[in-house]
Amino acid sequence: MPSDVAADVIANIPLSNDYNVLQLAAPAIAAAATPGQFVMVKVATGHDPLLRRPFSVFEVLRDRAGRHIGISILNKRIGVSTRLVYSAREGQRVSCLGPLGRPFSLVEPPTEAWMVAGGVGLAPFLALTETLAARGVPTTLFYGARRASELFYLDTFRQLGARLVLTTEDGSAGEAGRIIAPLERELAAATNRRVALYACGPEGMLAATARVAERFARPCQVSVERTMGCGMGGCYSCVVPMKNEQGTAHHVRSCIAGPVLDADRIVWD
Amino acid sequence: MDLSVRIGSLTLKNPLIAASGCFGYGVEYADLIDLSLLGGIAVKGLFLTEREGHPAPRIVETPAGMVNAIGLQGIGVHRFVNEKLPELRARNATVIVNVCGTTIEEYAEVSRILSDHEGVHAIELNISCPNIKEGGIQFGCSLSGTHDVVSAVRKVTRLPLIPKLTPNVTSPASFAKEAEDAGADAVSLVNTFLAMVIDVETRTPKISNGMGGLSGPAIRPIAVRMVHECRNAVKIPVIGMGGITDARDVLEFMIAGATAVQVGTANFVDPFIWQKMLDGLDDYGQRHHIARIADLIGSLHTGSKAAHT
Repeated sequence: MPSDVAADVIANIPLSNDYNVLQLAAPAIAAAATPGQFVMVKVATGHDPLLRRPFSVFEVLRDRAGRHIGISILNKRIGVSTRLVYSAREGQRVSCLGPLGRPFSLVEPPTEAWMVAGGVGLAPFLALTETLAARGVPTTLFYGARRASELFYLDTFRQLGARLVLTTEDGSAGEAGRIIAPLERELAAATNRRVALYACGPEGMLAATARVAERFARPCQVSVERTMGCGMGGCYSCVVPMKNEQGTAHHVRSCIAGPVLDADRIVWD
Repeated sequence: MDLSVRIGSLTLKNPLIAASGCFGYGVEYADLIDLSLLGGIAVKGLFLTEREGHPAPRIVETPAGMVNAIGLQGIGVHRFVNEKLPELRARNATVIVNVCGTTIEEYAEVSRILSDHEGVHAIELNISCPNIKEGGIQFGCSLSGTHDVVSAVRKVTRLPLIPKLTPNVTSPASFAKEAEDAGADAVSLVNTFLAMVIDVETRTPKISNGMGGLSGPAIRPIAVRMVHECRNAVKIPVIGMGGITDARDVLEFMIAGATAVQVGTANFVDPFIWQKMLDGLDDYGQRHHIARIADLIGSLHTGSKAAHT
């Protein structure tokens, strides 16, 4: 059951000129959230900008005694609302509705989880890695960004036991190029291993991951991002064309049928 | 304060109605709020058959508002009465079904089917959607088209009939009058204002349909004016909408002449807005010593004798 929390900003951690992590005091949401779910956030108090914006739950925050105190979101400054998230101050009050949407389905060992993240698409994978690690599932993070300075939280993932495969478009860290290249190579070499794929990032990267998953017959869940009006299924803004059991395509609302969807059901352009 | 209002033969427990297209089929919100709290729920527009609507992106945010072109995606009337209506009935929701059509015959057929089902309390005729190629606004932008749709549906249903009017005409009031003459029990307005948003970097429209409908607080003063004009032109109740975000906005529309109001975009921002609005109305009633909210309808002080008393 989602709740609407007037959440105080616990901390705003700048990561670069475009990226930040905003920690929000929302214990009820933290206690209910599962990896892959999202929150609808509004920083502005007036009518401009008017709508909330969807953000994956990045971290579930706990105090020293292990009690839920809130969540954090990973933000990239792109438009008006994300600029407000970027510049939010400690103690500022932010509307946060959640948790919402369909979470990731979790695998069990010995199946490995390979996560494919592009840019701000890293957002759902810290919580997922933590949950999978607790179940003993081996995790690998394939993480692509434009440049080395936009690869974040690498040590945190390492501490959770994740193996990292990194690419940057300018070659300043990891392999030069897109993340699909090493993913494809490693899948080709992993014929005897059970691997489930999880992806979040730009649409082109998701489509490429879905194609690779199909070629190597691996299950693949993707967390999609669409412009959302409400996050509740009320407005029908955030649709994705999906095939049903009979193979006919229909528009489904990614806020309630997703944001996590099975890649093999999506009709990719 | 007694919050009940009357729309033809239908009594609403309060004047707050969820606007069509902004509240799904109502069931999406059933676990979050008490659906019987609302005066009514205008469910998403229904044709005879399912429709897929436009590809994403379907909305873009604008100053104090948003432009949408969903394209009336919907499950069709048959699936609605089978899959959604039973839960709405179980939740004691007052259901207003928004009826669409590409032909007059389709409006009449969908309305006839709905009239056969318990749990449908009124029909809102969508003759004002700006986002589909055929039907809808074609009827709503012509006085004779409005007359023909309303009178055809009037023949097949005794449910309260509420044509939803477009603001994309010179005089919505003349359309309200035409609807009244054709047998409507009320009119609702405004639907969205036809609008366009362009990405200057790519020189392309920001939504897939190119154009869409503008809603939100940005349109509210125009909507209030149009509701007021309609109130002065007809004797049937006027249901007002357009950018309502709180109890003061509800009161503004009612003072302008609305008997009830619909809330759309604001529900996207805050799905818990209904109780807050009801509390705000009650507070106003206490401060102004008003026993019945219906007494406020059309109570605007204009300095001259009001057209309606």
